Amino acid sequence: MYDFTYRRPRSVKEAEEFLRTSFEPQLLAGGMSLLPSMKVRLSAPSTLVDLSDLSELKRVKVENGQLEIGAMIRHFNVLTDAKVIELIPGLSELASGIADHQVRYRGTIGGSMANADPAADYPAAALALNAEFITNHRRISCDDFFLGMFTNALDESEILCRISFRIPLASCYIKIPHPSSGYAMTGAFVAKYEDGYQIGVTGAASTYFRHCDMEIALNNGAKANECLKIAAPDNDYISDIHASAAYRQNLVRVVIANAIEKLHSLDS
Amino acid sequence: MGLHTIRLNINGQLRNASVRSNTLLADLLREDFRLTGVHIGCDTSQCGCCTIHLDGEAIKACSILAVQAHDHSIITIEGLASSDGKLHPVQQAMIDCHGLQCGFCTPGIVMLLVDFLRKFPNADEWSIRRALDGNLCRCTGYQHIIDAALKVVTNNNPKPLNSGQGSDREKDV
Ligand SMILES: Cc1cc2nc3c(=O)[nH]c(=O)nc-3n(C[C@H](O)[C@H](O)[C@H](O)COP(=O)(O)OP(=O)(O)OC[C@H]3O[C@@H](n4cnc5c(N)ncnc54)[C@H](O)[C@@H]3O)c2cc1C
Ligand code: FES
Ligand code: FES
Repeated sequence: MYDFTYRRPRSVKEAEEFLRTSFEPQLLAGGMSLLPSMKVRLSAPSTLVDLSDLSELKRVKVENGQLEIGAMIRHFNVLTDAKVIELIPGLSELASGIADHQVRYRGTIGGSMANADPAADYPAAALALNAEFITNHRRISCDDFFLGMFTNALDESEILCRISFRIPLASCYIKIPHPSSGYAMTGAFVAKYEDGYQIGVTGAASTYFRHCDMEIALNNGAKANECLKIAAPDNDYISDIHASAAYRQNLVRVVIANAIEKLHSLDS
Repeated sequence: MGLHTIRLNINGQLRNASVRSNTLLADLLREDFRLTGVHIGCDTSQCGCCTIHLDGEAIKACSILAVQAHDHSIITIEGLASSDGKLHPVQQAMIDCHGLQCGFCTPGIVMLLVDFLRKFPNADEWSIRRALDGNLCRCTGYQHIIDAALKVVTNNNPKPLNSGQGSDREKDV
């Protein structure tokens, strides 16, 4: 890892100041993606601005009927937080499957969203739960936040502070984990609202997507076995040594059907 | 760039250190404090051999900067047994159940289990297996490690258990 200047601000304001005034700065959250990438020199920031002390980013609260989770809330907190478990159990369930016990103590929801790894778990939930990304400057809708593989809409002096989720009647997440890394080969988050279903898919393609045909079918009363018949939409599916694009595309309908079945069993 | 003077509590003792920004906590503990029970198996956050406790939580010391540990408290495998030399129950169970062979993964596994079983004292077999996701062992095949963890659970709970606390959530995914 190359050397860098380390700064540890005590407020979001100070963090923003550091971002504006430092040479080639980058934010450090849990470091679970950034530090490994600095070790192999894929990233080489000259300044690291460590968000660990910002208690403003470590709150979970209900705000205007939405569940708001601070960017520095760690995966372990999402997994164990009583409000999350009560209001969006699928999100807590998702967090329990991210990485491993040790990594869940460090990695944060904000870091994971900002990193926008195409195989990360949280973005599936973001799509299904109409997430809104609240920064030090503005609110960004989910459609506008993720711009593609490892790219987000934040500008250079912007800090993701909180993520606001719509609270569904029921929710669940299922992924086929990569056997070695645990990242999603394909993962689906299904949320049920009074006005219909919403499904977010991660891991399968270069960008996260919603499966609208499936949502419509469910809104019209389709059962899990009928969902199995609905093919995944054409997309830029990922192909690598672990799974071909066709295999991943097929996993989409399988994973969603499993999630629906589970959701219905939880519901009944 | 430059040096940072940090203060941290290591195995119950207040220590000062001078570290560069890019020094990893694992390297500080091994090189400066000679706590060589912090093993480095991969240096890429995969193997868990470097697991230590930061404020009581099991984390991978190869994946945090030393400077981030300023003002925090650290326990390594060296600090686990009591001062009279009596082993921690997890250490003892690992010996009793033959939970180690070459021993390279062992400090990390013990540190992980101590934290996990403190959080979930009634954990069942499946959730213990899941908890070991981030620790690799090339020798044992894991079974005897699981046996050791289950022995600790049994000793924690003289009465038989119905189901594992916290285990459903760990199990479902
Ligand atoms: C062994 C291992 C297994 C893993 N398995 C999984 C898995 O199964 N599923 C999964 O989804 N992830 C997995 N991860 C990734 C993990 O979830 C990371 O925690 C996450 O991707 C990054 O979060 P972080 O808090 O560590 O962020 P960091 O690594 O600190 O930062 C990541 C990026 O986000 C930026 N950033 C961080 N916080 C903010 C903010 N508040 N505002 C703006 N930008 C910000 C940083 O500048 C950096 O570019 C795994 C990681 C490891 C090491
Ligand atoms: S050396 Fe830290 S996880 Fe392998
Ligand atoms: S005992 Fe040899 S690696 Fe686990």
